[in-house]
Formats: sequence, structure tokens, C-alpha cells
Amino acid sequence: MRIVVLAKPVPDAGQERLRNDFRMDREATTEVINGNDEYALEAALKLVEASPDGGEVVLLAMAPDHAQETLRKGLALGAASAVLVTDPALEGSCALTTAHVLAAALRELSFDLVIAGVDTSDGGGGVVAAGVAALLGLPYLSYAARIEPSDGRVRVRRITPNGYEVLEAPMPALISATQALGAPRYPTLKGIMGARRKEIVIRTLADLDLAGARARGVEVGGAAATARVTGSRPRAPRGTPKVVQGSPAEAAQEVVTFLAERRLI
Amino acid sequence: MAGAIWVLGESKGSDLARVSAEVATLGSALGAAAGLDVVGVVAGASPDGLAAEFARYLPLVHSLAVPEAAETAFASAVGPSLAALVEREQPAYLLVGATSDGRDIAGILSVLLGWGVIANASAILWQDGRPEVEVSILGGKLLTTSVFTGQHGIITVRPTSVTAEPLASRGSVVPVTVSPEIALPAVTVVSRVAEESEAVPIDEARVIVCAGRGVGGPEGMHLVQALANELGGTVGASRAAVDSGWIPYSQQIGQTGKTVKPRLYVGLGVSGAMQHMVGMRTSETIVAVNRDAEAPIAEVADLVVIGDLFAFVQALISALQARST
Ligand SMILES: Cc1cc2nc3c(=O)[nH]c(=O)nc-3n(C[C@H](O)[C@H](O)[C@H](O)COP(=O)(O)OP(=O)(O)OC[C@H]3O[C@@H](n4cnc5c(N)ncnc54)[C@H](O)[C@@H]3O)c2cc1C
Repeated sequence: MRIVVLAKPVPDAGQERLRNDFRMDREATTEVINGNDEYALEAALKLVEASPDGGEVVLLAMAPDHAQETLRKGLALGAASAVLVTDPALEGSCALTTAHVLAAALRELSFDLVIAGVDTSDGGGGVVAAGVAALLGLPYLSYAARIEPSDGRVRVRRITPNGYEVLEAPMPALISATQALGAPRYPTLKGIMGARRKEIVIRTLADLDLAGARARGVEVGGAAATARVTGSRPRAPRGTPKVVQGSPAEAAQEVVTFLAERRLI
Repeated sequence: MAGAIWVLGESKGSDLARVSAEVATLGSALGAAAGLDVVGVVAGASPDGLAAEFARYLPLVHSLAVPEAAETAFASAVGPSLAALVEREQPAYLLVGATSDGRDIAGILSVLLGWGVIANASAILWQDGRPEVEVSILGGKLLTTSVFTGQHGIITVRPTSVTAEPLASRGSVVPVTVSPEIALPAVTVVSRVAEESEAVPIDEARVIVCAGRGVGGPEGMHLVQALANELGGTVGASRAAVDSGWIPYSQQIGQTGKTVKPRLYVGLGVSGAMQHMVGMRTSETIVAVNRDAEAPIAEVADLVVIGDLFAFVQALISALQARST
């Protein structure tokens, strides 16, 4: 079982900052692997561990060059190697061109499954994975709470707004992962040491075959982005909260009054 | 109707998803500001019923039958047909809810049409001849505005961004058919399971009582439920409570859970981690109960009760009961 995990380095939650041009500042803060991608990685590692004929997990990211450091965190958890697509021209890419670039990078890899997080914490819209699947002609099984491969096919329990559905398709396929797949493991010291020797393959735009994108009339890169942020402002603060202390009965009475004033009870 | 704004309707179970009605209302306001027609589209195996429901919110709804959607995964089944319809009718913009199906469709249509996507809109204005999309980012700390660089685009809209308003008179439903030239790999639907629940779904609830780690265990959960019953609300949870197995993942609020916007959110033993606040900070009124006066949830709260949640919740339930008798 060979699995490629789409792992996006993102600023740690709470530390994100925008630059003056409204792009995410990727230099100033420590980065982590996007939370939902970590669930994807954990699920992938478990599938490979359970696979009778072994296999490996490969990470794939499109990110600035310094993201190598963040990818090492995924290698420390057990991924065998990583591919980093990095090129100054890609800065400011939109979701559409990101899907084309990731699809081009995946065309060079062999895999039974691609697993990606359902969305990213740095403003991700949860649309890239579906686009990649459509570009590569891979069956797309999204919002996975459970993944069960057998006999060249894969079953996914997909979370729906009012329950779930069980999906099935032949492999290779692309799956998007949710937290319901299970919490990621912690790195071991041995894993961290071993990660230093693992390979991170660097790919620039010139290395990728983007004929597929061009055939659809799509140019990749930040300059050709289909959408652009033009402004930002802080949300108006809520003001200082009313603080209630005292005995439970007194506090309860104050809260009842507060709720009644706001016509909430 | 070239240049129109299209709104995609989706189902939740057998009904129209509430978010679709909201997006229709948002789209109608945008269309009025832009002087553009606003048209609904419902795709599916037998879309007519849903399209009729959608027509309560829009003057015209296309009902696009895609028989494959009966037994194969929705977005991959309807994506090529929707793309073919867009290419034939030439709308300018597509609006869809930022739900699981909505995002899947947006991603597929983006690559099939070569259109950009602006995701998670909370409002859309018409400025300088194009949509200007407001998005709340970084856990709600910042509001950004985005535009498309070209003449077309797909916008996903966060649930509860606006209140759905039905039209004075019902719109009309027009069945349409297309023969797409491409198909996406079929994904078989082996089964569909609806998990019935008495409670209002968390992302539609007007009152939410949210259990955090401080609730301590199943016993504490009974107390949370009792308060929710008293307030007519639904029980939600932080990830810590979900990870502890006290409540299903469907009730989780936050970055990897649901975004909620109730009239009243009551957090019990929730610290207010950034990943939690992303999902609840736009609630209308926020009450937090915590024994730690420094808990970050106070930053977004309207009222903070400092003290032990168990004693307080029992007292609050009694006070509410005393009030109603
Ligand atoms: C990738 C990623 C995604 C995440 N996604 C989410 C998400 O979607 N939703 C989410 O909620 N979290 C999410 N988290 C987790 C988040 O970071 C926090 O760990 C979590 O929200 C903490 O939950 P909590 O507030 O219930 O627990 P804690 O942070 O442990 O807080 C418990 C609080 O209860 C108070 N308390 C304890 N006992 C009592 C008592 N008897 N009376 C009164 N107060 C008491 C304490 O003072 C404390 O403030 C995510 C984390 C990561 C890394």
C-alpha cells in the first residue's frame, strides 16, 4: 500500500498574521502541518501498518522552501519521504492553480491512495482535494470518518449533514480526511532522529509537466491567481464582559436576569 | 440568461438544506444590487421536489435531473452536468453553501470550468461591477475582502451568514437536461444512514449549551443536557469532550468541527482555545462558566460566571424552574 498524503504547512493556530499585501505571513511564525492533514497522515500510517504487504507514506506539499522544516515533523511521525513543490512564482497561488500544481506533482508519483485533510486552518476553503481528484480522474471519497481498503477497492464512511453514507470505489482513489479518523500520534525521539536522514525531494515549476493545466487554459502561479484579497480589518471587539461571582444561587439569579433582559428566556 | 448569478440548492436528507435558502436570500440581495438575474439550480437523481422547495426563495429554479446521482456519490455525479449547464447558459457567478457537498461541488466545478473559488463568505457586496466577498479568518479576528481577477467565479457561503427570507410568491421550476461530454469516476453509494436525533442540529440551533473538559465525565454531561432542556437548546462540545468519548463528533464546535451562530451560547468548563473559538465567536450572546478567571473564552464572552460549574448549573436549573412556575 503506497499512500501520498497532501500535507500543508500552516502557521500555528493563534499565531497567524497577515502581511501588508494581505497574504499570510509564512516567515514570522512557527509552522505546523495543517490539523486535518495530520489526521490524514495518521490514517495513512495506520493503513500501511495494517497492510499485509507493507508499503509507505509519502508527503506532498506546495509551500515556500523553509517548509522543509515542517515536513520533517511529518517524517518524524513515520512518513518515508516527502516531495516539496516550491517556487517563488507560486507565492499567492489560488485554490484552482494549487489543484493543478498538486495534480502535476502527483502524476509523477505512484500510489494506491491519496489522502488530504478536508480543509486547511489558514483560510482554506476545502475545495482543493476535489479539484485534484477531478483533474487526475481519480474516484473522490470525501469527509472520511473511516477508511477500509480491501481487494483493490476502498470503502469510506463519509460524514453527511444528517448521518453518514458508505462509499466504495476502486483504487487508486483520493480521500479527504476528518478528525473522526482518530488523533495523530506523537513523534518519538527515534522518529525525530530518523527524520533527519529521510529524503525531501524538491520540485520547482520547471520540473513539473503542466501541459494539462495549459490545455485547459489555466496558467499557474501567484501572478495568474483567479482571486485576490484586497483588504482586511479587525472585527469589532465585543467589549468587556460582565463578570459574575459569588454563591451559586446569587450567580444563577444574576444570569437569569441577564438572560431575561436579552429576551433569551 | 448570460451573466446571471446562480445559486446551487442542496438537500439535507430529503429536505432543502437551510443553508441553501440562506444563500438564495444572499444571492437575491446581490442580484438586486448588481442588476443581475438570480437563478436557482438543483441537481440530483429526482430534483423536482427540492427545486419546488427552492422556488420559495427564488423566482426561477432549474431542475437538473442526473439519474446517476441515485446510486453514486453526489458531487462527482452531478459535477459534469452542472459544468455543461453553466457552459451552455453562461452565468457569471455561482453561489453555494460552504457545506461538505457544497465544497465538493465547488472544487470540481472550479477545475472543470477553470473558475476561481472564494471560500467561506460571510457577506457579499457588489462593488465596481463585481462581487466583493467578505470572509472571516484567523478564528474570526479579521475580516478580509476578496475579489475575482476574472469575469467569473464560485463563492462558497458559510451557514448562518444571513436569515433566509421566502419570496412573497413562489417562483417557477423549469426542468433542464444536458448531455455532458465527460464523466468523473463513479463512486458507489453502498448505503445512506440518517442518524435521527430529537435535538435541533447544532449548526441550526438557537441555543447551545457547550460541554468542555471541565464537565468531567458522563455525569457532568447529564447536567449539561438538563440545562439544555431547560433553555430549549442543543448540547454542543469542545474537542476535549469529544475526544473523551462523552459526546459524538457531530456535536463538536470549532476548527475541525462545526461553525455555529446561535442566539445564545453557554460554555461550561470550556477554556476557549483558538480552535474552539473559530467555531463560536460569532454567536449573538456568549455566556462562559469557568473556575479560572483568566480563561481565554472571556475575550469573546458577554458574561462570565467565575466558579465551579456543577454548583452553578444546579442553581441555574433551579432558578429557571422557579421562574417558570
Ligand atoms: C488541529 C487541531 C484542531 C482542533 N479543533 C478543535 C475544534 O474543532 N474544537 C475544539 O473545541 N477544539 C479543537 N482543538 C483543541 C483545542 O486546541 C483545545 O484543546 C480544546 O478546545 C480544549 O477543550 P476544553 O476547553 O474543553 O478543555 P480545556 O482547555 O482543558 O479547558 C477546560 C476548562 O474547564 C475549566 N474547568 C475545569 N473544571 C471546572 C469546573 N469544575 N468548573 C468550572 N470550570 C472548570 C478549566 O478552568 C478550563 O478552562 C483542536 C486542536 C488542534 C491541534
